[in-house]
Amino acid sequence: MAEKIFINAINEALVEEMRRDESVFIMGEDIKRSVYGATMGLLDEFGEKRVLDTPLSENAFFGAAVGAAAVGMRPVVETLTSFMWVAMDQLVSQAAKMRYMFGGQVNLPVVYRATMYYGGGSAAHHSDRSYPMFMNMPGLKIVAPSSPADMKGLMKTAIRDDDVVIMFEDGTLFGSRGEVPDNEDLPNGELLIPFGQANTLREGTDATIVAIAGSVPHAVAAADELAAEGVSVEVIDPRTLVPLDKASILASVEKTGRLVIADPAHKVCSAASEIASIVAEEGFWSLQAPIVKVASEQVHIPYSPALEKLVYPTKEKILAAVRSTLA
Amino acid sequence: MAMDKDLLMLMLRRMWLIRHFETTVIDIYSKGEFGGAAHPYIGEEAVAVGACTAMKDTDYIAGNHRSHGHPLAKGGDPKRAMAELLGRVDGYCKGKGGSMHLADFSVGILGESGILGSSVPVATGAALAAKIKGENFISAVFFGDGASNQGACHESMNLASVWKLPIIFICENNQYAVTTSYRDTVSVEHVSDRASAYNMPGVLVDGQDVVAMHEAVSVAIERARAGEGPSLVEGLTYRYEEHSLGLGRVRRGEYRSEDEIAEWRKRDPILIHEKRLVEQGIASQDECDALSADVAREVEEALEFARNSPFPEPEALFEDMFANPIPQP
Ligand SMILES: Cc1ncc(C[n+]2csc(CCOP(=O)(O)OP(=O)(O)O)c2C)c(N)n1
Ligand SMILES: [Mg+2]
Repeated sequence: MAEKIFINAINEALVEEMRRDESVFIMGEDIKRSVYGATMGLLDEFGEKRVLDTPLSENAFFGAAVGAAAVGMRPVVETLTSFMWVAMDQLVSQAAKMRYMFGGQVNLPVVYRATMYYGGGSAAHHSDRSYPMFMNMPGLKIVAPSSPADMKGLMKTAIRDDDVVIMFEDGTLFGSRGEVPDNEDLPNGELLIPFGQANTLREGTDATIVAIAGSVPHAVAAADELAAEGVSVEVIDPRTLVPLDKASILASVEKTGRLVIADPAHKVCSAASEIASIVAEEGFWSLQAPIVKVASEQVHIPYSPALEKLVYPTKEKILAAVRSTLA
Repeated sequence: MAMDKDLLMLMLRRMWLIRHFETTVIDIYSKGEFGGAAHPYIGEEAVAVGACTAMKDTDYIAGNHRSHGHPLAKGGDPKRAMAELLGRVDGYCKGKGGSMHLADFSVGILGESGILGSSVPVATGAALAAKIKGENFISAVFFGDGASNQGACHESMNLASVWKLPIIFICENNQYAVTTSYRDTVSVEHVSDRASAYNMPGVLVDGQDVVAMHEAVSVAIERARAGEGPSLVEGLTYRYEEHSLGLGRVRRGEYRSEDEIAEWRKRDPILIHEKRLVEQGIASQDECDALSADVAREVEEALEFARNSPFPEPEALFEDMFANPIPQP
């Protein structure tokens, strides 16, 4: 087991999968020189044919990935969430819909790696946490890892998956560290994490926090603080939002009777909203208090640090939410 | 084109304003006075200044992430621009926009967009309004060589040409998009070559020469006001600094050489313009230096103003979403 940095875990997954399968290639903006950090060394090892710097034409290269996948390649596309808007036609009309609309004739093994940069003064155009909008669109698998190990294991699974996967990479975690198992210590010699399996980070009996992506460390910190006060909190990271491991969430709520959901996305129709609705529908009789969502305020991300810090879930907001369920 | 001294000196003043503004921005950013991204316009001043001094206050512009130069070139207020960068209430956008999103609607600035190509259709819409209203204003939009590859740019150029809209598409070709040379991403030799596909004039201009830019854009504006439709003006220019402050990962030696940077610095737009003023006996070097010192003071005052402006109060978070506000969900 070695401690690794989040962004390097992305890189390891890419390198391993590109070594393993020649049909895997990657394209994006300024990836040869790894401006955003995840594609370091790929050009040197895999060459210009498999590591492509694109023109700034997202709609074209997002769609080109679909076409290449349809005829046997396994493209990985690097982007930021905020640039996906430019490519919405290809993401929605083609990537999400093609397989179903054509009666399952074609598989589309594309991975879109979408980094979410928020919290650092990037303002409204560069701070999107847009996974709920894509959860609303059938045909896309949605992954939002919170630790280096999950990042690596889920990225490898995503690349091998035969469907369109969007990896939402939380930029607030890029510098974070965590243990990543060494390949030689793993039964099959590699780290693969299946989709649809939540990870329980803390076990507890008094309340459940389901936390997503960058909210996970805040939730864990809140749980640890509450533990010191004698409150036992379970923390669950779904890791993949589509498919969603509802069984683990429902089982936890059955045990604790209280649910707080921490989600960096805007609170209306968020991932938190979906999880809350599932528990309201399928776990209602377990609940001993109303479900509380701790998600971002329903405003665009303001530039000024004085305002931006008010927007997102924080440890304090999560603590207050858990306490309110116990009151 | 005969230009009077006032205009030529205004060009110099605005170029110096941008230069001093950006130098100050780099300085205070490096000291941690603000964060996020900031894209310096140093080296490219002649493009925006040449273009904007050819416009009237009633004309509109829109721009991109490299956003400080455009409003200052159009007569925007450095105090309010600086306050915006520092995230203060007296900023143009009350601190909501920041460095990439300066906008001063009072002098015809429709806003700077952080998403590449995104403001090109917006500027096209302003030109559409001019045509429908039968008014004489024009609009212009600044975008980079990189952004010229966005579908939004191509679609807008075609639409503007078909409808003969009074718009000037101004490509600031500083030859790179972050680390990628336009030679690797643009299929024609010059971005302006694309104009022929849209049946509009396309001109390649020395973007280091403020007078050349001014003249080319003036011709395009005249054509636009006469109802003859859009033009594409490409200013060939160069960015001296790194793509963005805060993007430390990119080492410039990796994608462009020190020699190349040094060569382009020799063709500095301010130097070229001052030399012309002095050689043609329009102004002395002392006059130019005094003007620069004066503008430097103006920027210092802008920084003082910005520093003294308060941060927004928490209530401001929920303001400005709608013209007719709705309850928070
Ligand atoms: C749609 C979109 N894609 C990618 C980016 C990231 N990005 C910001 S600036 C930039 C380079 C832009 O190059 P260019 O248009 O030539 O303008 P310059 O920065 O050179 O002035 C990139 C790739 C973005 N902001 N928007
Ligand atoms: Mg450029």
